[in-house]
Amino acid sequence: MPGILIYAEVQKGEIKKGSFEVTSKAKELGGEVSACIIGSGVDALAPELAKYGADKIYVVDGPEFEKYEPEAYVQAFAQVAEEVKPGIIFTSATAQGKDFTPALAARLKVGSISDCVDLSMSGDKAVAKRPMYAGKAYVTVEAVGDPQVLSIRPNSFPVNESAGAGAVEKVTVNLDSSKIKAVVKSVEIAASEEPDQTEAEIIVSGGRGIKGPENFKIIEDLAHTFGPTATTGASRAAVDAGWRDHAYQVGQTGKTVSPNLYIACGISGAIQHLAGMGTSKVIVAINKDSEAPIFSKADYGVVDDLFKVVPPLTEEVKKIKG
Amino acid sequence: MNTVVCMKQVPDTETLIKVNPDGTGIVTEGVKWVMGPYDEYGVEEALQQKEKFKAGKVTIVSLGPDRAIEAIRTGLAMGADTAVHINDAAFYEKADSYATASVLAAGLKDLEYDVIFCGKQAIDDDSGQVPAILGELLGVPVITQVIKLEVADDKTKATVTREVEGGHAIIEVSLPTILSAQKGLNEPRYASLPGIMKAKKKPVDVKTAGDLGVSGESMTVIKEMSLPPARQAGKIIEGEDAEQKAAALAKALHEEAKLI
Amino acid sequence: MDFELTDEQKMLVETAGNFAKNEFAPVAQELDREEKYPMEIWEKASKLGLVGAWLPEEYGGAGVGFLGNALITEQFAEVDLGISLIVAATFGCEAIYWGGTEEQKKKYLPLVAQGSAISAGAFTEPDAGTDVAGARTRAVIDGNDYVINGNKMFITNADVCTFMVTLCVTNPDNEKRYKRYSLIIVESDRKGVTTTKIHGKMGIRASDTAEVSFEDVRVPRENLVGTSEGQGFYQAMQFFDTTRIMVAAQGAGLAQGALDKSIEYVKERKAFGAPIASFQITQQKLAEMAIRIEATRNLVYKSASYLDNGKVDPTLNAITKYYAGETAVFCANYAVELHGGYGYIDEYDVQRFYRDAKILQIYEGTKEAEVLTIARRLLT
Repeated sequence: MPGILIYAEVQKGEIKKGSFEVTSKAKELGGEVSACIIGSGVDALAPELAKYGADKIYVVDGPEFEKYEPEAYVQAFAQVAEEVKPGIIFTSATAQGKDFTPALAARLKVGSISDCVDLSMSGDKAVAKRPMYAGKAYVTVEAVGDPQVLSIRPNSFPVNESAGAGAVEKVTVNLDSSKIKAVVKSVEIAASEEPDQTEAEIIVSGGRGIKGPENFKIIEDLAHTFGPTATTGASRAAVDAGWRDHAYQVGQTGKTVSPNLYIACGISGAIQHLAGMGTSKVIVAINKDSEAPIFSKADYGVVDDLFKVVPPLTEEVKKIKG
Repeated sequence: MNTVVCMKQVPDTETLIKVNPDGTGIVTEGVKWVMGPYDEYGVEEALQQKEKFKAGKVTIVSLGPDRAIEAIRTGLAMGADTAVHINDAAFYEKADSYATASVLAAGLKDLEYDVIFCGKQAIDDDSGQVPAILGELLGVPVITQVIKLEVADDKTKATVTREVEGGHAIIEVSLPTILSAQKGLNEPRYASLPGIMKAKKKPVDVKTAGDLGVSGESMTVIKEMSLPPARQAGKIIEGEDAEQKAAALAKALHEEAKLI
Repeated sequence: MDFELTDEQKMLVETAGNFAKNEFAPVAQELDREEKYPMEIWEKASKLGLVGAWLPEEYGGAGVGFLGNALITEQFAEVDLGISLIVAATFGCEAIYWGGTEEQKKKYLPLVAQGSAISAGAFTEPDAGTDVAGARTRAVIDGNDYVINGNKMFITNADVCTFMVTLCVTNPDNEKRYKRYSLIIVESDRKGVTTTKIHGKMGIRASDTAEVSFEDVRVPRENLVGTSEGQGFYQAMQFFDTTRIMVAAQGAGLAQGALDKSIEYVKERKAFGAPIASFQITQQKLAEMAIRIEATRNLVYKSASYLDNGKVDPTLNAITKYYAGETAVFCANYAVELHGGYGYIDEYDVQRFYRDAKILQIYEGTKEAEVLTIARRLLT
């Protein structure tokens, strides 16, 4: 089994759950698991990776890494990869992962596979399964070249505690600043504690049936009742109508999601939308039109006016959660 | 300002995807082909920048078979000036992100550009990797998921807003640069009728593998294509009224699905 | 014979189709319910050159001819017939194009092609519709003016237009009945022009239809379409030879829209444990719709191509218009039947299609009149 190197992504001072997922998966596959963490003041986070199976953790820490900028991060990670010489590199296909991974692979002059949802080993090579056409089809694909670089879609693999050796090594990298042609001036992140749609475990989504931006309140209320792993989403119709920002859009020209629970409220279920959420583990549809295509994909369907169903549902969930 | 837009023709989002019998690709019969929706934002932004600077040329570069000319013409009808159509089965049939990027890089090497626009991803293979690889091959900085662009008057740098998790980041980048367009960047225009009538007269430079002198080799191998397992419709929650249905649903999610 | 559209025509179809899908579909139900003319959509379409596209470039159009215009009309009507009538914002100008002086063409046609004016064709009267020669609106010369008195009925765009091409009696004493008429351009802000919007139409409720009354309306004599009086009836007939083909294109579009919506529905809707698409009686309906649509479309394209090539065949146009109306009504009816109870409520588009379709057998010459035209040719 070849060694696996993981890119551990830090957001808001914490390692992303997706990074733990890929660490757990690497541990499960066997072989040496290393992780590389990049940022400013991140060394204290390193031991957490050991909990999920990292044998060795490389820490690139410095003020120049305070804000994510792909060129600097790629240079740093590539230098670590040079030293580790892994057979496989895993990243989590988060928003940042999707930006970072192909740039890294190109720098290493190897191919990469993005947004993998399943993995198997064929000898020393990883073979990945990934969706295309927003999930209307899947391909199994193998990256040639050494190392193989794969980004893994969040929520594809469980997080398992299984301790690795956890040796921490601080790495000093030599940045070629002449190559850094972009400067991050500022980053504005909404105060919201909600996870990104691609990483959320529960998504409550609203469509045309919501009728207006002000009515998203009941969608938000239900999502908040589920706790910090839940967020809200929207159909293209709701986004195109200007009721919700595009960041919320689920579907082929928005985000492809696979939460444990997807609750579609007032969404008819256009093919683009169904493609984007079809891999959700449990789908609930609430729609007053019994003919809506969404019902053909739903594990649980409620044929009724969402404005009459969602508020009492929120109350019921509150009761159950105590 | 001179810009290049990398554009791919893809199946319309309403397409029902079917996999061909030998599992090597999709059934293309009956597919409606359109310009990639994210590429469309790229074309629109290129046109807006040209209009703002009142000078320059917008060139579309596309890798694809004969039918791709339709999407290229759409771009020209929207207002792009010229196009390069890389039409060689040696490239497009199995091209992965790396091969596509290397072919595009060769195809646009003689062009002048301040910005290269790409869609943030082609909605067929959904890889979203071409802009980054292209940047590496050309030695040009790349900013992905761009939702706003302001180019400085002297065209040496630009201020770019990109979507990041939970918000956005503002980045200053020196030109030339590659920008991948995200929804929200602009509202693409329709091709106007006068634009359509003019499109045919605009030059399209058709190039083959021989013309470009690159191998366009892929770095990934597709083993098999398959459809996702079909989802069966589940059960309809019954109840006297909406409140009863809500309670029954909560109970099912709690007791059966164990999600609460 | 080549039945392929040119590359430009294919792109035209794509642009018009996308435009209708994006701009019409979200508001179609509301405009229908509220009987509201889609002024903003008309403006947007005009900017793209989709209105008056048939006009040659020298008059501000895109020069796509009547076939091009039929293609746009068809794409629009696939989504909503009422809103599709924004392409009829040049209504009446066909007569100026065919019979007007060069000066008149240069003055009026670019206005409508570029979206700075809407025109209307005021032919029908309360007591004279298809029987054009029954018109009684009178225009009398007084010095350098015509003075017009009379009433017009069911005039498309009358309430939103800038000017209307009006059929008037100018030579009541001419022994030949058909030589008593002239077309006169009347600006709608002239003193004595009153328009009253007609409410309560069964369909095409987003289109504007109004009554017009002319009370001592003075217009300069140069507003006479052409150079001599007595040409009005012939100009009107030539005008209808153009617009009937456009109405037929509306029929082809509406029928296709009805079929598309039906196909979508029957694949989803289940009965007796199977999608109703799997039932042969459903399949028969779909196939019959498709057969009629294809035949209609071929007639429309043929008639329009003839017209673009300077060949006017009133009998062919009558056949085309008649058959398109029949097809639209037939397909809308089947679409409602396939939708069952849902087809009867206004949340589903086919209900509107059903109401809209009927006008295609009535306006621009009733189906009965078309039958007479066809039969007359057969028997001579």
